[in-house]
Amino acid sequence: MTVSANAPLRLEHISITLAGRELLAVDATIPPGEVLTVMGPSGSGKSTLLAYIAGFLERDFTATGEVWLGDRDLLTVAAEKRGIGLLFQDPLLFPHLSVGGNMRFGMPRHIGNKRQQVTHALEQIGLAGFEDRDPATLSGGQKARVALMRLLLSQPQAVLLDEPFSKLDTALRQEMRSLVFSQLREAGLPALLVTHDQADADAAGGPVIDLG
Amino acid sequence: MLRLAPALIIALLVLPVGAGLAMVVLPAFGYLPALGGDRFSLAPWHTLFAQPGLWRSVAVSATSGLVSTALALVIVVLFLAASAGTSVDRTIRRLVSPLLAIPHAAVAFGFAFLITPSGLVSRLISPSLTGWERPPDALIVNDPWGLSLIAGLVLKEAPFLFLMSLAALPQLAPEKRLQLARSLGYAPTIAWLKSVLPSLYPLIRLPVYAVIAYASSVVDMALILGPTLPPTLSVSILGWFNDPDINRRFMASAAAVLQLGVTLSALLCWWLLEQFIRTLTRRWLLNGNRQQGEIALRMIGRSGLLVSSVTALAALVGLGLFSLAGFWRYPDLLPQMLTLDHWTRSASSLSSPLLNTALIGLIATTLATVLVLAVLENEHRQHLQPKRVLWLLYFPLLVPQIAFLFGLVVAAESLGIRPQLGLVIAGHLLFVLPYVYLSLAEAYRRLDPRWLQVARSLGVSRSMAFWRVRLPLLLAPLLTAFAVGLAISIGQYLPTQLLGAGRVSTVTTEAVALASGGNRRLIGVWALMQAGLPLIGFMLALAVPRLLSAQRREMAS
Repeated sequence: MTVSANAPLRLEHISITLAGRELLAVDATIPPGEVLTVMGPSGSGKSTLLAYIAGFLERDFTATGEVWLGDRDLLTVAAEKRGIGLLFQDPLLFPHLSVGGNMRFGMPRHIGNKRQQVTHALEQIGLAGFEDRDPATLSGGQKARVALMRLLLSQPQAVLLDEPFSKLDTALRQEMRSLVFSQLREAGLPALLVTHDQADADAAGGPVIDLG
Repeated sequence: MLRLAPALIIALLVLPVGAGLAMVVLPAFGYLPALGGDRFSLAPWHTLFAQPGLWRSVAVSATSGLVSTALALVIVVLFLAASAGTSVDRTIRRLVSPLLAIPHAAVAFGFAFLITPSGLVSRLISPSLTGWERPPDALIVNDPWGLSLIAGLVLKEAPFLFLMSLAALPQLAPEKRLQLARSLGYAPTIAWLKSVLPSLYPLIRLPVYAVIAYASSVVDMALILGPTLPPTLSVSILGWFNDPDINRRFMASAAAVLQLGVTLSALLCWWLLEQFIRTLTRRWLLNGNRQQGEIALRMIGRSGLLVSSVTALAALVGLGLFSLAGFWRYPDLLPQMLTLDHWTRSASSLSSPLLNTALIGLIATTLATVLVLAVLENEHRQHLQPKRVLWLLYFPLLVPQIAFLFGLVVAAESLGIRPQLGLVIAGHLLFVLPYVYLSLAEAYRRLDPRWLQVARSLGVSRSMAFWRVRLPLLLAPLLTAFAVGLAISIGQYLPTQLLGAGRVSTVTTEAVALASGGNRRLIGVWALMQAGLPLIGFMLALAVPRLLSAQRREMAS
């Protein structure tokens, strides 16, 4: 997988139902560099939408509709081949790997100078020299930043954000929002954010679909 | 490949037990062409019923199974009720897990050394309390009622039921139930009994049944602690099967079928008891009593498990003392001198059984762990519900060993498989696999699915995510499950003895073989070896994750 010219993420007539009841319906196109925000209370099926796009839909749910990344039909591909990066509310840094190991975990195999890239990425988030640190020794904000860089280094072609700021405290939340959105814009990736926090939607700056 | 795993496990567990039972039932009715029995008859049963003391054997087997299970369960339940969240609770938890690892035979020997007329307890209270200058002439161990057997069984069953309860408790959120009940005015112990126990019991019912099945048919413990004239049914059967008179095999088969009946009757009795108690306590649950009996229950609850755990530990200390004892006059509490003689003299004969024990244990446990991982991973990928498979897993634990192992030997022989190391390993797998599964399944299912989602969204395939994320994250429970499997394998007496035709010696078969000889110092050496091996396994299981991930704080926990 090479870094191709970025393509839009198209969600066509997606409908998700649970036990015959429709939870949500979405039809949208997200151009590269833009963040589409889906707002809704808990239980509205926001996270299920992300699971469907990423390839982790649980069996209890049924979903129809198509997901396209440029001219690739994502639903026919295995989850790991979709090129979709995920950011959860928890950073989920693998506890058995170092900070550097976590960042290298997702880097495509053919890439050379991995070490250099990791060093550079750590510098970018103000954690220069943290390669060998145990993730458990990092602060909440540091973990969140490492998780973001791990995601970007894996060279995704679209990104899904599942309430990524909800567990951070207020001051940190501002900082992370601007870091995440600026990085995504810079990388020119289409992104889908689900949240119940209006401030997240405001910071994302893109269109908003309100399920509530 | 992975999809075949459940079928493979069922084939490995159910087929051998089924074949073994069939090959016991047929000769029980006179049919076993290999031994010249080519027509069905009731003769084996007539011979069996003519055996002197048969019904006494049956009675001792059934009662020791039921009474020991009931005692162990009451001890565990009252302890949990009386000590939930206290510091006693935490101490006991640490004490109990190693106890589970110690083989039945070792506990039985140690317990015998405590209570025998010249044992540690008698020495402790003599002559100050008793005035005894010589060991009293009393039959305490091997008493005709099976009381010491029952006590020995309780020592091993209480830790098992305790750990099974601890594993089941978290899904019931007991703290919330307790807080709610206490806010309604219930005293803590009563609150636990009325709000947590009714939901806990259904979750530990299968382990309880397994304990009844085991206790009503146990061989190694009964050889050491049980009555002798007549012995328990299981021990009688072993004698008859090993009788040089080939015709006795038919009667022994009938007796094995009888043993199956005894165990099933014990289980039925227990089930009736369950119904009875449920009806009896329905009123009590709702009668509004919030305080009455709290103090008494709390006292009994806290002391019961403590006493049984301390006794088991003291039994181990006793083993060590006897294995090191030089000249030791009664009623001195400690030997005049300690010596390593018994150890050095046993050293040369220890090596081959040790090697066999390690080989059988490691191979059987490795096979079991791989199979269990395959089943769990398949279950995860296919989103299967685990409920139904559980009964099948318990199958080899619910059928008395003595009832099907002889048949299994016959079945194997008719397929041209001679008793040897391979057959012993296959036999151990029957009992190791369920415990490895029980020990690992909960941790496997509880692992946050987002770990694997993150890994796959980073471009790692499902099977690579299994190796690179799931296994490292489950390292600690995986090693614990491995240690449990090893401990189970090390403790097996009957499968090793029968499937190896007495030619495969392990520390357990050697230790049990010493039981009749009565050389306590030698028994001390072998029983301690037997107890020490599983403990080494558990210590490694605790230490390895810490060493491997000294740099990773969250992995060490």
